[in-house]
Amino acid sequence: MSESMEKLKLAEKLVGRGKVSRRQFVQLALAAGITAATAETMFVKAARAEPKKGGTFRMGVGHGATTDSLDPATYPDQFTGTMGWGAIGNSLTEMNAKGEITPDLAESFEPSDEAKKWVFTIRKGVTFHNGKNVTADDVIASYRHHMGKDSKSAAKSILSSITDIKADGDKVIFTLDGGNADFPFLASDYHTPIMPAKDGDVDWQSGIRTGPFKLAKFEPGVSAKMVRNENFYKDVWFDEFEMLCIPDVAARTAALTAGEIDYMDRCDLKTLDLVKATPGVKITEVTGYGHYVIPMNVTVAPFNDVNVRLALKYAIDRKAIVEKVFFGHGTPGNDNPIAPTIQFAIDPQPRHDYDPEKAKSYLKKAGLDSLKVDLSTADAAFAGAIDAAVLYKESAAKAGIDINVVREPDDGYWDNVWMKKPWVMSYWNGRPTVDWMFQTAYAADAAWNDAFWKHPKFNELLKAARSETDQKKRAEMYAEMQQIQQEDGGNVVIMFNNYVSAHSDKLAHGDIAANWDIDGMKIASRWWFA
Amino acid sequence: MNAVLKIVLQRLGLGLITLFVVSVIIFVAILMLPGGFAEAILGQAATPETVAAFNKEIGLDQPAIVRYAYWIAGVFQGDFGTSYASRVGYRREVADILAPRAFNTLFLAGMTALIAVPLSVGLGLLAALYRNTWFDRGINMISLVSISFPEFFIAYIAIVLLASPAFLNILPSLAKVDDDASLGERIYRCALPAITMTLVIVAHMMRMTRAAIINVLASPYVEMARLKGAKPWQIIVRHALPNAWAPIVTVIALNLAYLIVGVVVVEFVFTYPGMGKMMVDAVTSRDVPVVQACALVFAATYILLNLIADVLGIVTNPRLLHPK
Repeated sequence: MSESMEKLKLAEKLVGRGKVSRRQFVQLALAAGITAATAETMFVKAARAEPKKGGTFRMGVGHGATTDSLDPATYPDQFTGTMGWGAIGNSLTEMNAKGEITPDLAESFEPSDEAKKWVFTIRKGVTFHNGKNVTADDVIASYRHHMGKDSKSAAKSILSSITDIKADGDKVIFTLDGGNADFPFLASDYHTPIMPAKDGDVDWQSGIRTGPFKLAKFEPGVSAKMVRNENFYKDVWFDEFEMLCIPDVAARTAALTAGEIDYMDRCDLKTLDLVKATPGVKITEVTGYGHYVIPMNVTVAPFNDVNVRLALKYAIDRKAIVEKVFFGHGTPGNDNPIAPTIQFAIDPQPRHDYDPEKAKSYLKKAGLDSLKVDLSTADAAFAGAIDAAVLYKESAAKAGIDINVVREPDDGYWDNVWMKKPWVMSYWNGRPTVDWMFQTAYAADAAWNDAFWKHPKFNELLKAARSETDQKKRAEMYAEMQQIQQEDGGNVVIMFNNYVSAHSDKLAHGDIAANWDIDGMKIASRWWFA
Repeated sequence: MNAVLKIVLQRLGLGLITLFVVSVIIFVAILMLPGGFAEAILGQAATPETVAAFNKEIGLDQPAIVRYAYWIAGVFQGDFGTSYASRVGYRREVADILAPRAFNTLFLAGMTALIAVPLSVGLGLLAALYRNTWFDRGINMISLVSISFPEFFIAYIAIVLLASPAFLNILPSLAKVDDDASLGERIYRCALPAITMTLVIVAHMMRMTRAAIINVLASPYVEMARLKGAKPWQIIVRHALPNAWAPIVTVIALNLAYLIVGVVVVEFVFTYPGMGKMMVDAVTSRDVPVVQACALVFAATYILLNLIADVLGIVTNPRLLHPK
């Protein structure tokens, strides 16, 4: 390697840390025999490659309400999740952009007793924002906060399999009521930041946690301000992190294009091309685990007949819905609620693509010439649910199925329509493992089994696969379950939706996580200013 | 002056009764909405056990009449209660939540009023002075156009023109204000919402000023003033205006009330932390104590502003004290 090349390599590294200017770099590159244009590209790449510290990151999000609180038991959405878990807190484990579970507040974790026992070792030397050491008791209190009879926690059901938590020095031992190889995934849920124990419960009120940022100010439904936690165990790039609640999407877009915020979530898909054309603005798009579904109550007629269910599954033109309602920002579903990027996901065959003839033949098998059903919908289920229902009606009409689209009020949709009316539009945020998703909404005893679908073989497999540690056998079991669910289950999976966000080109980032929106709600610790 | 005082006291008493009725109506209306606070907060994640635990903690397991009785008893002692978002060890007093938001709303309303009221009365006077000229028709048309568009449309146009790189990027489109923001910062941040609201309310006040003045200009005493050789400008300001104040003040009061009560759309577009968004949030989540408090503040605003308008009308025109 020539001397000038070596100098250039060194310069590239220094650029990443902001120590070499563009001018100096290009001069060095020219000396090494590289054209000016290539040098320019190299500079930009190098400047982006190495994260560096500095800057106030201002983010505008669509969620957030005056009733929000710091209590992780009732985090309703991305505002509280990104602030109270992703920025000021963290969990025992974390999911990376590849969908793998990595240690976070725990240094390591190990199963024993056929995955019935899980031992988490707390990272050495980690402290809360007030300087207090994190102990096993804090971890236990943080979990107990969601458990127990009087719990109001949204995480209560996912933690219901824990029968006992014990402390052993810097280790926390979870005992489950059955083997669960996926338990470390549950420990990465955004409802489970670790908080200081206090008087038999936890102190969630103060916001003193273990995350990469310290809470400076929180005004529910308006804004939150945070500053870097210098004692965090990893590098944190932003000096300050500011979140603004901007519910109006046009206002969010205006704020971003005028440079008042650096990042916005949930872009308006209708005007996305205009935003794309704005200089200095970039779009990121990730297909997540979230999906739109239409669960039917399989215990009532006509949905109790599997042939009717199949007829309805073949009568929906998913591609048209993705194209026309969501402008292509999504992936058409195949009645499998497991996103293709999740471990053990399969694409069940034959695929349920739109086929009116097949739908008709299944109707015939059910002994029907035509079918008239009510489909309850509201934009509370997901934005675009009404349009999707109307398109479904059109495509189903060709198969002799008359869908009566019933428009329900947004208000109280989840109380009075979902799981009450026989066929409704709904939405799932998705879960990072097959087991978790099935356990949440497809198991016979799941609180949110919104199709009331109880398949003996499926439920047997679910239990067996959970404690199976042989990955190959597990894969086979999960494949069989997905196949059964696709053919027999009561859910029409319309599509997996994309998380579409926009940000200033001054920001840089690595691969974006798909488990939740806003880079898995961990944007504050993963992004930086280039 | 005693007569005026009597009217004021009478009206305040009636106002209290109105507030009481408003609180009952709002309470019943929220009872009729589907779902409760726990369901609204937990959304899709609600299970019967978590909802029951929630309701028990915030006292929603008690009958509605008991809850109302406790609340109204508190209000008479000056205690607006706590928001349902409170938890053990985390009290959120309604008064504490309300105060900064109410201040923001009043600040924006005040700033808009300072621009809009002199502007519209002035324009109204000029329009009356130069009535049926091109000037009169021109400002009439402009103000009618601005009142005819929905507020959010005017707001978006204002953003495009004044707060985006496309045209002038001189004002912020985000009206985010902190408690610790300086006055100058506040005014700068509130400029766009204030301009938008000014455009929305100017037409009404300006046209009423013009109409009231022109109405008076037809009276014989104005004729007299003209005959004695007073200048048109003097006639309007010195002779016509004093007798036209009553209808003008009434319209101004109505518009000021609107500035406080009806700005929720503008608040959303500019992300201004005022009372409108807070009330919408509270209704969505069925946070009854907060909704009640907002409703009382809004109702009281209307009652007080109308009272002020009537008193001013009487003071500027004492004849109204002696009905025929």
